[in-house]
Amino acid sequence: MTATLSKPMAVEAAASQAGPRPVRIALIGNPNSGKTSLFNQLTGLNQKVGNFPGVTVDRKTGVSQLTATQRAEIIDLPGTYSLYPKSLDEKVITDLLYDKGADNYPDFVVVTVDANNLRRSLLLFTQLGDLGLPAVLALNMMDVAERHGVHIDLPALERELGVPIIPMNARKGIGVAALKIVMAQRLDAPPVRCWEPDDALLPLVRQIRYYFNLHNDYLALHYAQQYRQIGFLSADEKAHIQELTQKYGFDATAQQAAETIARYARINEILLETVTVTRTETREPVSNRIDKVLTHRVGGYLIFLGILFLLFQAIFAWAQYPMDWIDQGISALSATVQDNFHGPLIRLLTEGVLAGLGGVLIFIPQIALLFGFLAVLEETGYMARVTFLMDKLMRPFGLSGKSVVPLISGLACAVPAIMGARTIESWKDRMITIFVTPLMSCSARIPVYTVLVALVVPDQAAWGIFNLRGVALMGLYLLGLFSALASAWVLKTVLKARERSYFIMEFPVYQWPRWKNVGLTIYQKVRAFVFQAGKVIVAISVLLWVLASYGPGNRQEEAVAQIMKRQDMGFSSPQAMAHYNQEHPGYKEDLARRVASARLENSYAGTFGHLIEPAIRPLGYDWKIGIALLTSFAAREVFVGTISTIYSVGQDADMGTLQEKLSAERDANGQPFFNPARGFSLLVFYVFAMQCMSTLAVTYRETKNWRWPLAQLLYMTGLAYAAAFVVYQVLS
Amino acid sequence: MALFRRSAPKPAATVSSRRTAQDLRLGETGTICCLEDPEMALKLLEMGCIPGVKVRLSGRAPLGDPLMLVLGDQEYTLSVRASEAATIMLKE
Repeated sequence: MTATLSKPMAVEAAASQAGPRPVRIALIGNPNSGKTSLFNQLTGLNQKVGNFPGVTVDRKTGVSQLTATQRAEIIDLPGTYSLYPKSLDEKVITDLLYDKGADNYPDFVVVTVDANNLRRSLLLFTQLGDLGLPAVLALNMMDVAERHGVHIDLPALERELGVPIIPMNARKGIGVAALKIVMAQRLDAPPVRCWEPDDALLPLVRQIRYYFNLHNDYLALHYAQQYRQIGFLSADEKAHIQELTQKYGFDATAQQAAETIARYARINEILLETVTVTRTETREPVSNRIDKVLTHRVGGYLIFLGILFLLFQAIFAWAQYPMDWIDQGISALSATVQDNFHGPLIRLLTEGVLAGLGGVLIFIPQIALLFGFLAVLEETGYMARVTFLMDKLMRPFGLSGKSVVPLISGLACAVPAIMGARTIESWKDRMITIFVTPLMSCSARIPVYTVLVALVVPDQAAWGIFNLRGVALMGLYLLGLFSALASAWVLKTVLKARERSYFIMEFPVYQWPRWKNVGLTIYQKVRAFVFQAGKVIVAISVLLWVLASYGPGNRQEEAVAQIMKRQDMGFSSPQAMAHYNQEHPGYKEDLARRVASARLENSYAGTFGHLIEPAIRPLGYDWKIGIALLTSFAAREVFVGTISTIYSVGQDADMGTLQEKLSAERDANGQPFFNPARGFSLLVFYVFAMQCMSTLAVTYRETKNWRWPLAQLLYMTGLAYAAAFVVYQVLS
Repeated sequence: MALFRRSAPKPAATVSSRRTAQDLRLGETGTICCLEDPEMALKLLEMGCIPGVKVRLSGRAPLGDPLMLVLGDQEYTLSVRASEAATIMLKE
């Protein structure tokens, strides 16, 4: 008891010592109520994406300059319909708003409300008001409401709700200045209560209220409703609430339903007095007419396929040009550095850091295009229609229509895709989606695919219109998709459902994408990619360079000495050797290559490669590929970097492209090493294998259980090994 | 409050004597009377499927499921599965 009492006081004391801090404001509202637009209007580029403490959901915060001297910290919360969370996304809100001692507890909330959908929007608003939180109501989309003949008596509504109301149009930035002025003032809790717990509930509510030293009955009621899910309550505290709810025979479902109905009744009263609707339009809204086309029996799927085709076209064709520029830029930079400076540190810089960095930066165009594309689909409201079209198709596989969005995003990168699965309410649907998403061929596989397909598939036309390489590439993507669906189907039969799956979702009204939002999304995703993936890849590149350049003991020196000795024995005198060198100009280079190869084979990396060679020999791989497999377990894109490091350590930068180096590689019989059997085996391995530490980390974060990433790693690697084995044995 | 009809789940073969949102014909409008399934009802209520509100079936997905329901006077569209629409009881 004393411990729970002293906690909030200790926090207050700490806060006062730290001195004044900027006002902290939480943005909250229904999905599609314009919350993101408002957040972008208020903060611009002053945004950062982080994590809520203890929970796994992205948290966007930003700084807004309210007045010349006053700044505010804005917290963007996930869209929600009520304070009774249904999905993981929504739990963030309750964890933040229920704990006054929380680090991020807001000073007040700005509630965005769609003026066209006041009744439903006000449900969330009245719940927040009853929690006793100081609030401002941002009445958004006023222009649309007026066009629809909805007239709102703002002063009357302000009186009824007891909070300031700012009419606005967040898309165009109208009303933002007025909102900032209100936000700059100290606000008190609204004096009006919309609903209060029934007398019958009071004994229970008051007990909880005094036990936790809460300021408000309604908050105490939420503790009774949701204590199981509240992250910051200890096991003892949860047990205490459970005891109380049992003692008073508390029926959470019935209470919640009765409360919602009562709130709607009160909201109806308020709206009756403050809103008049003079319907002028009789024809069907434009949005419904668009839906007739986009969700048409046949046309709907054709349009969706067309959009997917455009997406692929963007990633593979359009992105190629900027990717080439980046590639050439990095090569030029590397060559300039190598020409002007020498020494092991410079080699570390060019062969390690720059090579690794190039491997990261080259993906920027593809990532930007893909996320830009997805953002536009989301912004226009089309994504919701895709989930609608796909729901029935996905259900036999244990997935829901909402799984389509993560699966498509998985084509860009599994990490944000897995985080996108948070919107799936059902635990089972969500787990299956998270598990199978990494099987979708992400953009990190593109360089591996491109290099290997070019090696083993001839550049020929197929069936007149297709290119054989294009067909092979498409096949790899389809292989990934079908394996994802098949795995989902298997998992569906294995997993036990914890709760029912449901699919109740609002269709956002179609609208033009807000380019500022699209731009900010692209900027944030690219930034996150460069900094998060970049750190890992550069670190691995540096480590790999060291491991490939140095060896245990003096084995490297001995191996080189041996080549030199054999060399010397071939000539009767130093003069004869010099003469031979003059006659055969390529001889010196050949010798250098053999020396470099011997050094690599006896380096730490080479030793590792030889160590695992027996395990990968059945797949047709040698120790060099072994090194690449090992390093690319951290991230697939490292594969190309690794083989280019392996085939270029100690060699001149102008030895030709990676492609030429690889085709020049011979096996023991003098045949090309990368024959179709080895090439396809490697390709199939990369389709399936879970080679991405970031994905494993994000799976852990999202499931909070090590069993999931571990199962993913074992399952996918096993699948990759088996498939690669079959392909190699059949083709060779 | 007569919000739920707390009856045991009916076998699928039995034809319900009362109409639900799932029984609406394309373009037809009905008025919500109550919600049958307590667990589903909470979500539906929050999304605005309140007893007394008008509901119109505006479309079906190409494979027949889910449904598109247009709700209320200040219209907005919800997507619900057929099985979920079957828990929304309509007034006679």
